[in-house]
Amino acid sequence: MAQKTIAGIAVEVSSEGYLENPAQWTKEIALEIAGEIGIDLTDKHFEVLEFLRKEHAAGTQLTIRKVGKSGIVDIKGLYTLFPGGPLKYSAKIAGIPKPVSCV
Amino acid sequence: MIMGTRYLPDFLTFRLSDNFKHMKKLLILGGGTAGTMMANKLHHVLDKEDWNITIVDKHKTHIYQPGLLFIPFGIYTRGDVEKPKANFFPPRVNAIFSEIDMIKPEENKVLLAGGRVLQYDYLIVATGTDIRPDQTPGLSDSLWYKQIFDFYTLEGALALRQHLKTWEGGNLVVSITELPYKCPVAPLEFAFLADAYFSEMGMRDKVKITYVTPMSGAFTKPVATKMLNELLQEKNIEVVTDFYIEKVDNEKRCLVSYDEIEIPFDLLTIVPMNMGDEVIARSGLGDDMNYINTNKETLQSVKHDNIFVIGDAANLPTSKAGSVAHFASDVLMENLMHAIEGRPLTAKFDGHANCYIETGYGKGALIDFNYETEPLPGTYPLPGIGPFGLLRNTRINHYGKIIFRWIYWHILLKGKELPVESEMTMAGKRRISL
Ligand SMILES: Cc1cc2nc3c(=O)[nH]c(=O)nc-3n(C[C@H](O)[C@H](O)[C@H](O)COP(=O)(O)OP(=O)(O)OC[C@H]3O[C@@H](n4cnc5c(N)ncnc54)[C@H](O)[C@@H]3O)c2cc1C
Repeated sequence: MAQKTIAGIAVEVSSEGYLENPAQWTKEIALEIAGEIGIDLTDKHFEVLEFLRKEHAAGTQLTIRKVGKSGIVDIKGLYTLFPGGPLKYSAKIAGIPKPVSCV
Repeated sequence: MIMGTRYLPDFLTFRLSDNFKHMKKLLILGGGTAGTMMANKLHHVLDKEDWNITIVDKHKTHIYQPGLLFIPFGIYTRGDVEKPKANFFPPRVNAIFSEIDMIKPEENKVLLAGGRVLQYDYLIVATGTDIRPDQTPGLSDSLWYKQIFDFYTLEGALALRQHLKTWEGGNLVVSITELPYKCPVAPLEFAFLADAYFSEMGMRDKVKITYVTPMSGAFTKPVATKMLNELLQEKNIEVVTDFYIEKVDNEKRCLVSYDEIEIPFDLLTIVPMNMGDEVIARSGLGDDMNYINTNKETLQSVKHDNIFVIGDAANLPTSKAGSVAHFASDVLMENLMHAIEGRPLTAKFDGHANCYIETGYGKGALIDFNYETEPLPGTYPLPGIGPFGLLRNTRINHYGKIIFRWIYWHILLKGKELPVESEMTMAGKRRISL
């Protein structure tokens, strides 16, 4: 675990830069992490982020398929929003831990 | 047909069960690895006078699934992996071979195809998980079982065996469709065994092997991924990560990802999407992949106190593997007995998994982990002694895998004790940093 200042806020992050405590998340933090990755956040992005945060809080194991069934975007849409690593990046920007696939 | 009373005609067996109406009923759905193990364990602890144990499965043949991996390479044949299910059920257990149509938890009832109704006091669901090629567009299309094969079913493994006999080489793609899938190391083992097989056939130079996974590495956990990546490299197997299959293009013979990357193949061996049985969905008990919401420590269904879940059918955050079902079986037995006696459920499952990884050329690796601890190097089961080396590629680990078949048929399915602890231990493991 490490301390990092994102958007002027001191937060705990994992070695891969995921927020350790989702409660520390703010929209400004999201914008800054997204900027680092190279994604410009739109309202649609935020809808996905809110969905991920809600599901994470409810203890759901998140998968791309789950997001694809959310009614917000389909899987292809998710790839367009977060190119290269839809779940990895969206989770990072949403301030939740990196989703582990249970292997 | 009721096997426990197999010498009686059907009308008599119904009479018999009428007479035993006062008896309590334990019903097990699914007579695969986990269900069979539970039937064997519970028949020792549930009094014959008070308890009626029934197990239902749609198939009469038990398949030793870990053995399917060896069939395409001619190492095992059909006879090595098939035995009648009934051989493994204790005589007092009623075995019914029928499709299960619906679970009605509010009425403590299970409906079988054909209309028969089974009442229960306690229910154990062990219906497993199965491949669903129908979930990926183009997968079970014109190339299915011609140039595209699975090795998760007996049919798939046998068809692939036939195909490999005359295959002249080209692009072999080994791929995974979606997580979770059972036995997470099986596709890796398949790639390793393929490398060895084509080398022995003197045609390795004619085969390009590519391993395609939706994960970010060969395995999800960092320490094991590092070891496995090195092995893949050593064996000249190319790895494509973060590849999420949208469809198979049969005309162009390629995999297409959601971000429109194409991977061409001459031969595709694939782990199609895995899902729990449709009976779980029909009964309203499953998540979007038909896995039952299960308390990861007590193994009790989250929604229903008199339903327990074991094996691949549960949504536990650990591997879907026979070893997991084995380690879970003692916890389930203890908690079920507590539930029956009205005591709190105190036994806790730790997600313990233990998998041999066949790596080819008579060698193997071994990983041992649980919900909290990732696979680490060391020795197993005895600290410092082994004989098995964790995260090491050794000959003795390979024998572990080969002996496992005997252990599976003779000890594991029969619910007998193995000389290893159910709970994972850190003894013999080394924490390392990468
Ligand atoms: C290629 C391969 C290699 C593997 N290697 C290993 C390994 O090395 N080590 C390891 O630990 N595990 C391994 N596994 C995984 C292991 O085989 C499974 O995890 C294990 O069998 C799970 O047991 P289960 O009882 O939950 O499910 P299963 O054994 O699959 O049993 C489920 C049963 O339920 C029945 N059923 C389902 N639905 C219905 C219905 N509606 N009506 C009637 N009956 C129904 C099915 O017929 C089946 O018999 C491997 C699997 C595969 C495919």
